[in-house]
Amino acid sequence: MVKKTTPARKKPAARAKTAAKKSAPAKKMAASTSAVSVAYVRTEMLEENEAPISTHGFTHWARTNLFPDWYNTVLTLFAIFLIYKIVPPLFNFAFVQGVFSGADRTVCATEVQGGVRSADWFGGCWAYVGAYFNQFIYGRYPDTEQWRVNLTGILFFGGLIPLLMPNAPYKRENLVFMALIYPVVGFILLTGGHLDLNGFLLPDSLMAPSFAKFWIDFLIIVALMVAIAYAAARGSDSDPMPGIKIALAIAGGLAVILLLFSINFGLEHVETERWGGLLVTLVIAVTGIAASLPLGIALALGRRSEMPIVKFLSVVFIEFWRGVPLITVLFMSSVMLPLFLPEGVTFDKLLRALIGVALFSAAYMAEVVRGGLQAIPKGQYEGAQALGLNFGQMMRMIVLPQALKLVIPGIVNTFIGLFKDTTLVLIIGLFDFLGQIQSSFTDPTWASPVQSLTGYMFAAFVYFCFCFGMSRYSIFMENLLDTGHKR
Amino acid sequence: MAVDTGIAGDGAPKVALLNDPKIRGLIFQVILLAIVVWLAYTGIQNMFANLRAANIASGFGFLERNAGFAISQSLIEYSQATSTYGRVFWVGFLNTIMIAVIGIILATLIGFTVGIARLSKNWVIRKLATVYVETLRNIPLLLQIFIWYFAVLRLLPGRRESWDLGIFGQMNISGWYAPKPIFSDGASLISWALLFGIVATFFIHRWARKRQEATGEQFPVFLTALGLILGLPLIAYFVAGMPLSFEYPVAGNFGPKGGARLYPEFIGLLLALSSYTATFIAEIVRAGILAVSKGQTEASLALGLRSGQALRLVIIPQAMRIIIPPLTSQYLNLTKNSSLAVAIAFPDLVSVFAGTALNQTGQAVEILLMTMLTYLGLSLLTSAFMNWFNQRMALVER
Repeated sequence: MVKKTTPARKKPAARAKTAAKKSAPAKKMAASTSAVSVAYVRTEMLEENEAPISTHGFTHWARTNLFPDWYNTVLTLFAIFLIYKIVPPLFNFAFVQGVFSGADRTVCATEVQGGVRSADWFGGCWAYVGAYFNQFIYGRYPDTEQWRVNLTGILFFGGLIPLLMPNAPYKRENLVFMALIYPVVGFILLTGGHLDLNGFLLPDSLMAPSFAKFWIDFLIIVALMVAIAYAAARGSDSDPMPGIKIALAIAGGLAVILLLFSINFGLEHVETERWGGLLVTLVIAVTGIAASLPLGIALALGRRSEMPIVKFLSVVFIEFWRGVPLITVLFMSSVMLPLFLPEGVTFDKLLRALIGVALFSAAYMAEVVRGGLQAIPKGQYEGAQALGLNFGQMMRMIVLPQALKLVIPGIVNTFIGLFKDTTLVLIIGLFDFLGQIQSSFTDPTWASPVQSLTGYMFAAFVYFCFCFGMSRYSIFMENLLDTGHKR
Repeated sequence: MAVDTGIAGDGAPKVALLNDPKIRGLIFQVILLAIVVWLAYTGIQNMFANLRAANIASGFGFLERNAGFAISQSLIEYSQATSTYGRVFWVGFLNTIMIAVIGIILATLIGFTVGIARLSKNWVIRKLATVYVETLRNIPLLLQIFIWYFAVLRLLPGRRESWDLGIFGQMNISGWYAPKPIFSDGASLISWALLFGIVATFFIHRWARKRQEATGEQFPVFLTALGLILGLPLIAYFVAGMPLSFEYPVAGNFGPKGGARLYPEFIGLLLALSSYTATFIAEIVRAGILAVSKGQTEASLALGLRSGQALRLVIIPQAMRIIIPPLTSQYLNLTKNSSLAVAIAFPDLVSVFAGTALNQTGQAVEILLMTMLTYLGLSLLTSAFMNWFNQRMALVER
């Protein structure tokens, strides 16, 4: 293949020539007849005709795609009937008869039901959704403080979207922002910060709980960490300084975060009982995935480990959480978890649900990551070891970057599942987006027969937009990462 | 390590204790185990202290006590006055199994139909199937259960009037009143005939396969099976003097009377579960069929098989190998998702046992442990069975 010949650019004459070459016997016959010049043999080409209507255009398309044979015709007619039965009524309900403005239930009820509509009216009560919109998004979050939720949301999407775009710049800075700075800022913005830190380690008899006692306790822990790092370094005959430096860096970072949490920024404290709506849904989903990713990676590594106890514990953990329904996990975290804690220690209801969701999705995440780890060829591990990297370096620099990249679609799918599963928290009495809609049905101001249908339609639409968007993104990433393996 | 020994030459490797991977692993594992044991120990200590403080009994003695609450639907005998919490567990367990089994059958039927429809040459059918899958799997299951139960099924006519479904009984807001089969004397003959038909089909299938492998002659297994499984019970029905009749519901003052009542909770949960899971099954089926290379279809057509035969004999057996493992996890998901019944008060295991019974006794640890272990057991059992089945179906290579 030295010469590049593109058939499309060939001239018609050349095309005719090659065609003639291919049919050698035909040429021979033609030659034998043309020896005698015959009047009825044409010498010039006929003009091209339009293709017959049966091979192109809508008729052809319909014939091959809709009515190729009798049973496909039946199927097509059946499908059209089905669409006719579903789409126009839905459209009618949502738009034609939908009510978009009004102050109370009378606009959404027929005269028999005490409203203003005629008896055959059946439409969506969008006015009710509009009246409740604020509550569906923020729950009972105070009106004057809602800018904090908005700011948290803007920061979140502002940080996330460039992170998700493959060719957006400053990935590393962005990741640092999302992983380290954003959680702290988000926490302070949403709760109001100003935590009451008053010590956790020393018994109260030794020193009364106070802000100072907290930092003394903290220093004791730091000293312990440094001592362990030093001892480990001495035990393995290596320089203790790097280990101590790492320990101090972690302690310093923690200290800064805790200090920030304890500062009074003048933000009103908003208890999680007042959170609700889409805010809770997003908080649970995002925190759940953020917590389950590192935990899932650790569990996946544990499951592939050669250390029998580590492997056993990981397998038991993963299989247990994967074998039980999420609702029992939520029941456990809301009813059973308080029993396991020492007396007097209570957890926030939302936090308890978060722990349950995080542990549950960590097990699923572990299996996704394990799939990625298994897809990395053994040579990569061996190559890393041959370079003298230790386990941590090998995982951090060679294996995990490749493995995690492979499983991005899987992670997004887990996140979609988690996002849908957040609805379950309404069963244990939290008001997420669906829970907030469900609870709005009890309001007599808007009570009407179409209220629940309207509310559910709105909920379905919002969930669909989120989940469908994410699944599209997952497909997009899959195509982007899959270039090497396409046949 | 071997290299080290060689250089040092004095037998003992000059490696610090902590740098030996074996010892390192051992220390790490011991620390991990100690932490886990310590966590479990303090947790249990706290639990006993908390239970004592709250004056809650522990142990499984409560299973013998009288439950004293009513359950609307039960496959086994249950009475509010005399039944124990142990009985409540079994009622819930059987209801879970029932909804899971029926749901799995329905979801498989819908899922395979939709999955094949997504590959249809028919444009409308293909698009319709795509829209179905994309819509239903992107809406949370709990919301779908709510939509079916609180919105769609509430549109049914009220208690006093009801839709007449002809031979399928009647339907209104209080449920579906299906015709109830009444078995009189000799009805057992029909079930024996059915059982015999199934067993005979199994053996005929084996015999026919062996014969075909030996001689190449085919035997019309499908028609014979149809005759055996449908025909035999039909003959038995007439031989025994038509012992089977249906009791139809009749309209009464307070709703239909008679017939077998299916509660709206059951119908709503079943519809939501099966239509939701079917979307995932459809995707699995589609992926499985697409994964069988096109050459297989072409080769089987070249061998002279008709397209139906090619699908049945060549494509589907190969696609099944890819389909079965993820299908198993969907079945498990459906079983676990049936626990959402608690949201609409269908009396499944979570709803009656981990819900009502837990609230009444307060014995959260025992009850949740039993519930979780039950689901875990179901999961492990199903995956064990499916693994076995998968191994039978797996490709036998050289």
